Amino acid sequence: MISFPSEQIGNFHRLAPEIILCAFGIVIMVADPFVQAAHKRALGWFAFIGTLSGLVGVHLMAHDPGNAYSDLIRADAFSIFVHGLVIGAAALAILGSFNYLDQENIQRGEYYALVLFATAGMGILAGANELVTAFIGLEMSSISTYVLAGFRRRAIESNEASLKYFVLGSFATAFFLYGIAMVYGATGTTRIDLIAGALQKMIADQGQIASLAILGLALMFVGLGFKVVVAPFQVYAPDVYEGAPTPVTALLASGPKAATFAVMLRIFCVSFGSAGNFWFWAVWISAVLTMIVGNFAALVQTNVKRMLAYSSIAHAGYILVAFAAGTDIGIAAVLFYLAAYALMKIGAFLVIAHLGQQGEKRLEITDYAGLGSRQPVLAICFSLFLLSLLGLPATGGFLGKFFAFQAALDSKIVWLVVIAAINSVIGAYYYLRVIVAMYFWEPSKEYVPSRVAPTLAFALAIAAVGTLYLGILPARVLYLAKVAADSIYLR
Amino acid sequence: MPSHLLTVIAFLPLLGVPALLLLRSDDHTWIRRIALAVSLAEFAISLFLLRGFDAVNAGYQFEEYYDWIARANIHYHLGVDGISLFLVLLTTFLTPLAILCSWQAIQENVKGFFIALLVIETAMIGVFVSLDLLLFFFFWELTLIPMYFLIGIWGHGRRIYAAVKFILYTMFGSILMLVAILWLYNLAGTFDLPDIQAKLQTGMVLLPARTELLLFGAFFLAFAIKVPLFPLHTWLPDAHTEAPTAGSVILAGVMLKLGTYGMLRFCLPLFPDASHRMAPLIGVLAIIGIVYGAMVATVQTDFKRLVAYTSVSHLGFVVLGIFAFSTISIQGAIFQMLSHGVSTGALFLGVGMLYDRRHTYEIKEYGGLVNPMPVLMSFFLFIALSSLALPPLNGFIGEFLILIGTFQNHHAWAAWAASGAVLSAIYLLWAYQRVGFGEVTVEKNRSLPDASGREGLILVTMAVAIIFMGVASPLFTRRMQSSTDSLLQQMDRVQSASRRQATPELAGKVAGVALVPSTNASPKKISLRRVQP
Repeated sequence: MISFPSEQIGNFHRLAPEIILCAFGIVIMVADPFVQAAHKRALGWFAFIGTLSGLVGVHLMAHDPGNAYSDLIRADAFSIFVHGLVIGAAALAILGSFNYLDQENIQRGEYYALVLFATAGMGILAGANELVTAFIGLEMSSISTYVLAGFRRRAIESNEASLKYFVLGSFATAFFLYGIAMVYGATGTTRIDLIAGALQKMIADQGQIASLAILGLALMFVGLGFKVVVAPFQVYAPDVYEGAPTPVTALLASGPKAATFAVMLRIFCVSFGSAGNFWFWAVWISAVLTMIVGNFAALVQTNVKRMLAYSSIAHAGYILVAFAAGTDIGIAAVLFYLAAYALMKIGAFLVIAHLGQQGEKRLEITDYAGLGSRQPVLAICFSLFLLSLLGLPATGGFLGKFFAFQAALDSKIVWLVVIAAINSVIGAYYYLRVIVAMYFWEPSKEYVPSRVAPTLAFALAIAAVGTLYLGILPARVLYLAKVAADSIYLR
Repeated sequence: MPSHLLTVIAFLPLLGVPALLLLRSDDHTWIRRIALAVSLAEFAISLFLLRGFDAVNAGYQFEEYYDWIARANIHYHLGVDGISLFLVLLTTFLTPLAILCSWQAIQENVKGFFIALLVIETAMIGVFVSLDLLLFFFFWELTLIPMYFLIGIWGHGRRIYAAVKFILYTMFGSILMLVAILWLYNLAGTFDLPDIQAKLQTGMVLLPARTELLLFGAFFLAFAIKVPLFPLHTWLPDAHTEAPTAGSVILAGVMLKLGTYGMLRFCLPLFPDASHRMAPLIGVLAIIGIVYGAMVATVQTDFKRLVAYTSVSHLGFVVLGIFAFSTISIQGAIFQMLSHGVSTGALFLGVGMLYDRRHTYEIKEYGGLVNPMPVLMSFFLFIALSSLALPPLNGFIGEFLILIGTFQNHHAWAAWAASGAVLSAIYLLWAYQRVGFGEVTVEKNRSLPDASGREGLILVTMAVAIIFMGVASPLFTRRMQSSTDSLLQQMDRVQSASRRQATPELAGKVAGVALVPSTNASPKKISLRRVQP
C-alpha cells in the first residue's frame, strides 16, 4: 500500500475534477486505436461518464475546500461553482455531439478526449490562485479548442476557424503572459491573493500603484478579453464560431467564457481591487462597445449560426455590465448570468447543430421557415432558448440580466445600465426574426426533417428545463452564486 | 384563513393548457369546448371576488404574500383593490367571448390559438393583481409573447410587420421601466409596492426631484406606449388591423388598459410631484390624442382601422381623467376603461362578424347591410351608440364623470375634450350609415346570413353588459370610491413628506403646483400598509 501524507490527500481532493477528467481523456486516447470505427461512440459515452465523474470530483472538492499544491490552486465556493458550470456544459456538449459526429462522419475518440482536456483546463483556470497556473489552464483549454474548432477537417470554413483561432489566440495568450511578467516585476509575486497586499503596500509607501502593474493589468485585460470575446478583441469570434463544428461552438460559447470570466474576476476584483478606478472605465467602454458591436452586427446576419455568434458577443457585454460593478453582488450576478447563459446558448447551438443537417448546409434563416408546424417540439425548445437570450421573464436570461442590472445600479452605474437595456431591445429584433421564420413563414417543401436522437433530446431537455428553472425558481443557484462571490475575498 | 382566490384566478387558465395539449390537434370541437369551459369557469370563479370584496376598505384585499426569491427580496404578493377589481372581471368576462368569436374563424392550428388565449388571460390577470414590482414586470412581459403569436400566426396580410412592430415598441418601453424598477429598489430596498408606498408616505424614503422625474418618465413611457398615448400610438392601428378578431378584442379590451392601470397604480402614488409637474404636458397630449384619434378615425376607409383609432381617442379620455387628479375624474377613468373594454370589444366582435362573411374590412365593400342582416346590424348600432357615449349606456357614464372631474380643475381641458364626444358621434354614425343604410351596393351582400345562434349569444351578452353598466353604474363606482380617495390622499401624503424634508427653495417650487383637494375624502381611517420585515 502506498500511503499519502494527509496534505497530499487534500491536494488530490482539491484538484479532483481535473485529475478525473484528464485520466478519462488519457484512457480515451490510449483506447482509441483499438476501438473499431463503428464503435467509436462508446468512447463518447465513456467521456460522458468522465464528465459525470468530474462532477463527483467537484463534490469531493466541495467537501474539502482550501488551498492546494503550495497555494497554486484554490478550492473555494467560487471555484466549485465554476467547475460545476464548465463540466456540466461539457457534458451537454458531449451528449449533443454523438449524432452530429456520425452525421459529419468524423466520429473519433480524440474529439472526446480533447473536450475533456479542454474542460480540465477550464477547471484549472477557475481554481487558479496564481497567475502562471492560470496561464497553464488557459493554454490547456485554448489548445484543445483550437484543434476542436478544426475538427471538420474537410470543410474549408472549419480549417479557417481553427487557424484564425490558433494564430490570434496565441497572440492573446502571449499578451496575458506579458501582463503576468509585468505584474510580477511590479509586485514581486504572481499569487493572486498576495498581489492585493503588495499593491496595498505600494499605495501606502508611494501613494500610488506603479504604472508597471497597471500596464500588466491592461495586457492581461487584452489577453483575457480576447478569450471572453469582448470588443475590441472580438473580431475573430464570428468566423471561429461559424466555422467550428456546432457542438464545439456550443462548448466554446459557454465553457471557456465562464472559466475566463472567473479568472478575470479573481484578478480584477481580488488582486486589483484597489485599482478599481483604473479598470472601471476600461470595462465600461469595453462593455458598451461589445454590446453595440454584437447587437448591430447580429441585426444584419442571415445565417443563424453567425447571428448567434454575434449574440454571444453582445452577451459578453451584458456580463461586463455586472463586472463593472466590481462588488460581491456584481460577482454573484456574473456567475448567475454565466450559468443561465451557458444553458441557453448550448441549447440554441445544439438545435442549430441538429437542423444544419449533413455538412451544416441548412443554417440560413430561410431554412427555418415553418419549423413550428414541421417539428413543433424542437421549435418550442428553440423559441425558449431564443426568448431567454432575448431576456423575457420566466427564463434564466431575464433574471441574469435583471441581477446584472441590479448589481450595476447598486454601484450607481446608471448610464451603462440604460445603454444595456436599450441594447437588449435591439437584440430582441434578431431573436424574434428567427421565431418569425419558424412560426409565421410557410414551410419549405423540400425540407426533410431528421429525427432528433434521444441523446440530443435529453441534452435539449436539460437545457430547457434548466433555463426555466433559473427563470422561475432561481433562489438556489442565486444562493450558491452569492456564497461563491463571498468566498473569493476570504483568506 | 388566507385566501388563495387570486392565485386560483390568476393560474386557472394555465391549467387549461395541458388539457388542450393532451387533445389531438385535429379534434377542433373539443379543443374549443375545453377552452370555453375553462374560461367560463374562470369567469364564474372571478365573480367570487365581488362577493368577498369590501367596498369600504381602501387597501388591498385577498392579499397573498409568500417568499419567491427571498435572497433578492422578491415576493409573490397578490392583492386587488377598487382600481384593479373590475379590470380582473373585465378580463375574465371578455376571454370567453374572444373564444366564442373564434369558434369558426380559426381553422388552422386551433390548439395553438386557444393555448395562446389562455396564456394571455393568465398574464393579464397577473398584471392586475401583482403587488410586487418584479412580479408585475414578469406578467407584464408575459402578455407580449402570446399576443405576438396571435397577430403573427393568425393575423391578416401584413401580420408579420404588425407583430414585430407591436412587440418592439412595447419592449422598448418596458425595458426602461425595468431599469426604473431596479433603481427604485436600490432607493427603497424592496420590490413590494405597498411597502414602498408606506416608506414614501412616512418620508423614510425620499426621492430627489430629478430622480423622481426620471423614474416617473421611465414608468410613464412604458405605460404611454401601451395605452397608447399620442404620439406613441402608431403601433396600434397596424396591430389591430392585422390581428384576428379575438386578438383585437383582447388587445383593445384589456391590454390597452394595462397602460392606464399602470399609471394609476405606479405613476401617481409613487411619483406624485413628478405627476403634477408633468400633468400639463400629459393633459395636452391626451387631448391631442382624443381629437386627433377621432379625426383620423373619421377618414378611414378600413372599418377595423377606424375602430382602432377610436381606441386612441377613448383612451385619451382615460389618461386625461387620471391626470386631472380629482376623485370623480379618476373614477370616471376607471369606469371608462371598463366601458371601453366592453364597447370597443363589442365593436371589434361586430366587425369580425362582418369579416367572417365577406373577408374584407373595406367600408365601401359594404352598404345597406340592414336589409340582409337586420338582427346583427341592430345590435351593431346599439354597440356603436354605446361607444359614442349615448346616455344612459355605459360609454356615457365614463366620459361624463371624466369631463365633470376634469372641469373642476381644468376648465379648458374639459372643453377641448368634450369636442371628442361630438367627433365620436360623427365617425361612428357616419361609418354605420355607410355600412348599414342605403341600398345594397355590392351584389354579394344581398345573400349574407343574419347572426347565427352563437353570434346572437355574443351580441346579446354584450348588449346586456352595456345596459347594465349604464344603468347600474353605482354598483361599480361605489367599489372604486375608497380606493380612488386613498390614492389621492396617498399622493398628498407623499408630497407633504417630501416637502417637509425639502429645501425651502424646492418647497416653493412644489407648492407652486396646483394641489388638488381630494373631494369626498372618506372620513374613515385609511389603513396603512404593514411594513414587511
